[in-house]
Formats: sequence, structure tokens, C-alpha cells
Amino acid sequence: MDSDEEIMYDDYDDSGNESSGDDDVEFAMVEEPNNPKDRQELDEYPYEVLTTEQILQHMNECMKEVNIVVEMPSTVIRMLLNHFRWDKEKLMERYYDGDPEKLFTEAHVASPFAKAAVPAKVAKKDQRRAGPSVEECEICLSTLPSSVMSGLECGHRFCVSCWAEYLTTKIMSEGIGQTISCAAHNCEILIDDATVMKLVPDAKVRLKYQHLITNSFVECNRLLRWCPSPDCSSVLRVQHVESRPVTCRCGHTFCFACGNNWHEPVRCTLLRKWIKKCDDDSETSNWIAANTKECPKCKATIEKDGGCNHMVCKNSHCKTEFCWVCLGPWEPHGTSWYNCNRYDEDEARAARDAQERSRAALQRYLFYCNRYMNHMQSLRLEHKHYATVKEKMEEMQQHNMSWIEVQFLKKAVDILCQCRQTLMYTYVFAYYLKKNNQSVIFEDNQRDLETATEKLSEYLERDITQENLVDIKQKVQDKYRYCDSRRRVLAEHVYEGYDKEWWEYND
Amino acid sequence: MSTPARRRLMRDFKRLQEDPPAGVSGAPTDNNIMIWNAVIFGPHDTPFEDGTFKLTIEFTEEYPNKPPTVRFVSKMFHPNVYADGGICLDILQNRWSPTYDVSAILTSIQSLLSDPNPNSPANSMAAQLYKENRREYEKRVKACVEQSWMD
Repeated sequence: MDSDEEIMYDDYDDSGNESSGDDDVEFAMVEEPNNPKDRQELDEYPYEVLTTEQILQHMNECMKEVNIVVEMPSTVIRMLLNHFRWDKEKLMERYYDGDPEKLFTEAHVASPFAKAAVPAKVAKKDQRRAGPSVEECEICLSTLPSSVMSGLECGHRFCVSCWAEYLTTKIMSEGIGQTISCAAHNCEILIDDATVMKLVPDAKVRLKYQHLITNSFVECNRLLRWCPSPDCSSVLRVQHVESRPVTCRCGHTFCFACGNNWHEPVRCTLLRKWIKKCDDDSETSNWIAANTKECPKCKATIEKDGGCNHMVCKNSHCKTEFCWVCLGPWEPHGTSWYNCNRYDEDEARAARDAQERSRAALQRYLFYCNRYMNHMQSLRLEHKHYATVKEKMEEMQQHNMSWIEVQFLKKAVDILCQCRQTLMYTYVFAYYLKKNNQSVIFEDNQRDLETATEKLSEYLERDITQENLVDIKQKVQDKYRYCDSRRRVLAEHVYEGYDKEWWEYND
Repeated sequence: MSTPARRRLMRDFKRLQEDPPAGVSGAPTDNNIMIWNAVIFGPHDTPFEDGTFKLTIEFTEEYPNKPPTVRFVSKMFHPNVYADGGICLDILQNRWSPTYDVSAILTSIQSLLSDPNPNSPANSMAAQLYKENRREYEKRVKACVEQSWMD
């Protein structure tokens, strides 16, 4: 499996090089803004940012490459490539390996070689045309001259206005681009771009169609990913898929492998699990299990809000009286509820243990979740810091400081944000981590970074005046250097643990 | 007002009158060609035999590019018919093609009555009985058939 993937990467390596030239310039441009360069500094992770036009160009290049080898119309190649999720090796292999006609049928593509047979068909049609030269369109059920009828090699012909309506509905309201099939029932032959372009008169619909095609190209191709930030239409392209940070032209940094915000040091799989856990209701049900009991008769969920253990079910049809502790009927308890310890059989104990367990699980989750959310919130606030810091920097420049001398402030906020982000994700990691010697070291690293980060944040909140400027500058610089190095130490430790398989996980 | 959908429905109606398929009939309501009433007669040699099942068909202006909504008005007991009369049939959803017309829809539903698909049940009780207790299934269907004469 691994070697297989490597082969695929190699293959893409080649195609990645073909469009060098100006792409390199762009690459340099992208790297410039505040880029978390952590591991990137250690070993390169080259990537490039492409515009929608460049993606189209890239798509055409892929098609051309195949076209040089197998001579077919480019739209047929596009559909075949799409069928193989843009793995051209696989396409070539299949094409030369077996029966190409079978391949066309499997991909629901009208065989381009059937065109050899077309003259005969045309001849037949010509004969027909010589006769009445009218056909019935099976969609609008009108009888129309053959000149307004159109269709693919499958032989199903409809009038052009019905075709236009059909394609428009598919494209605009169903959002299907790549896989529009012939309108005839049970006909699975796919419609190629040239035909769509010919039959759809509306420019808006055509544009949408092109978007859909580009989109499916990007989604199918594992080396491409849309920038996930809203209103950004750039695509990131890498040489091989790895969980690494990439920064789009719009400034958004995200993990290429999963598309989430860059989440060092936790891995994509754990993060996905965590996000799912936070999103779904599992914790709500956990809370219910931990804090409520069910009425022994009508099963209504009850939360106890007073001290007395003599419960009367509020459900007007039920009104069962029972003991909160043992859930048995209240009557035998008489005046002294302590009697209920005689009901303390194995079953009751098991139920209570189960409740204890879900209560403990909930508390554990809340512990990590609170810290995760807290750093997320702080990170959001620190981002606002950029504006105030900018003001401060301008103010300081008016107080006889050079531009270069005030840059430390921006750098400090950069590092502060990075630390917050890393800390935030360490809590996701820690939630799933089982305790062992290495996890204790991890927690020490985490605590150390957290303390330092809070300190740095505190320094930045302080007012900077002429008098304390030198002192503050010294402190801030020392602190951010310390934070930065601690953050790296923490991340490296986690990565080392991945390599050496130190980490054991819960769940 | 004449739109492509309405023109097509007029032709559907004409076709249905000129070449009526066996065991089904349908016609637009008096004042709205976008809403049709239809009747399907229970196919012979099935438990639905002798039933007269009424349906409504609602079209949108996107017809025939989008399928209409078809619903049984008569009470139904069938693995692929929902409690509200909605029908679970591939050609009325993802396998729809604009070449289908009213007569094709009605004959498809008719053949669904004789060949239920218990593997994608809309009525799980009916599906279970169909698979495990055919006699009880037929009894329940018979009750529907008799009820269909009343309304």
C-alpha cells in the first residue's frame, strides 16, 4: 500500500515540475507573510497557490499529457480521467491492458472510435432526411424538423430547446456537472463538455458548469485542495500529501491533509474525532446519564433539585412515589430513608457505578474542553491585538524610535498566536492520551508553555511608556524567544513520540 | 398561460386518451392542469386485484425535467408506500428521465404493486409481512382493496 502511494507521488512529482517558471515566483510570494515555519524550516514542504485559471490550465495540461499518448478528443479524456479520479497511470494501464471499448462502457463514455461507424449512421439519417425529415422529440413530444434535433453517439435524439432545459436543470438546480447522462431513460452515456457548451445558450449556466467541472477536478485530485476560508477561490497544490501547514494567498493557514486550521501537535485523525465529539450530542447524553435518573415506573427523566430523597413523579399520569437512592417504592422506607441500604443489591450498585463512570467521563471531557475553548477564545482576542499593536508601533515611531526597533511587538503577537494555537490543540491531544511516563513529560512541557504564554500575553497588555520602554522591550523579547523555543520543544517531543510509539490512546 | 410544462402536459393527456394503457387512467383536475387525478386498477393475479386505487399527481413548472409528486389518496398497504401515500420508486426520484410521461409513471406504479421491493421499505410492517408471512400480508392488502371501493 505504502509503496503504491509513493509511486503515485513520484508520478505527480513529474507533473508538478512541468509548470515551474513563474510558479516559483508565486511560491516565494506566498512564503513571505507571517508563516508558521516550524517544521518547514527543518525540511521543506513545497506547495504552491493556484488561481482558478491556473487550475484550468493545470487540468488541460493533465489532459494533454494523456492525449499525447492516446489520441482521443480531450473531452473524452477528461471524462475518463474523472472516472479514474485523475490517476492517469491507471487510465493508461486500463486502456492498454484490456478492451478499450469495455473501458468506455464502464466509464459510461460514448466511444470516440464508434465515430468510424458514424458515416453509415449519417448516411441512414440522410436517407431519412430525404424522406419526411421530421422527428419526434420524446421530451416535449413535438414533431420537429431533424435540423433542430441533436444527440450523442447513443442515438437518443431530442430537440435543442429540450436539451437546453434538461442540462440547465441538471447544472443549476441539481448541481451536477461531471456526471450528466443522456436524457433518455436508462441511458447512462455521459455528456461531454463540448456538447454541453454547444447546447446551453445561457452564459451563466455555462459558467456554473465550468465551476462544477473545476470543482470535481480539485476534489478528485489528492494533491489539490481548495482554500477552506470563505470567499477564497484559490487552490493549494502540493507534491505529496502530508499533514503540514500551508498558507494561502489570502493569509489563511491550514493543514493540507485535513483542511482544518493548522493543528500542531495533534494528528488529523484525533482532531477529527474531537471535533465530532464536540459537535454531536454524546456529551449531552453523558450529562443526562450522570445527573438524572429515570422514574422507575414511567421512565420520565428526573433531575433532583432538592435534598429530600422522597420523590414523587411529576408526570400527572404516574405520580409514583419512590426513593431517589435506591429507586425502590417509597412505602417500605417509612420515616427513615436510611432503610434503603437494604435494597443495595448488586444491580443497584452496578447502576450507581455506571453513573459514576459517566460522571467521571463527563468531568474529564469538560476539563479538556474548557481549556481548549479557552485558548480558542484567547486566540481570537489576540488576533484583535494586531490592530492595537499597530497603533502602538506607530505611536512609538513618533517617539523617536526607528521602524526596525518597533518590529519586536508584531513578532511577539505572531508568536503569542502560534503558542495559543498549539496550546489549544495540545488539549485535544491530551484528552485522548493515556497516562505514562512520556505523557507526564508532555504535560510538564504543556504547563511550562502555558505559563510562559500567559506571561507574554500579560506583558503585551501593559501600557508602554517612554520610561518603561527599554525594560518592556527586553522582557517581551526574552519572553517570546522563550515561548517560541518551548513551543518547538513541546511539538518535537510529541512528534518524537509518534515516531517511537510512546503514545497510548483512550477510546 | 402556456409554458413548456403545460404544453407537455396537454400532450401527455392527449396521448393518454389516444393510446390508453391497460389498467390505469388519469386526467387533469378541472381548473388546474398541473394537478392530476388518477386511478390504478389492482393488477390481476395479485392481492391488489379488483382494487381501484386513487392517486394525485402534482407537477411543477420544471416538468418534465423534474419528476412530479405522486401520492396515493386511497389507503394503501404496500412495502414501498409511506403512511401518507407517498411512493418510494426510483424513477420518481434519482432515476427520473424527462422522457417519462404520465402513462409511463402510472404503469410503473402499477407494476410496483405486483412486484414490491421489500429491501427498501417505506412501510416496514408491510415489508416484513411480505417477506415472512405472505398470508397475513395478503389479508391486509385485501382489506385495502375493499376499502378502495368505498371512497
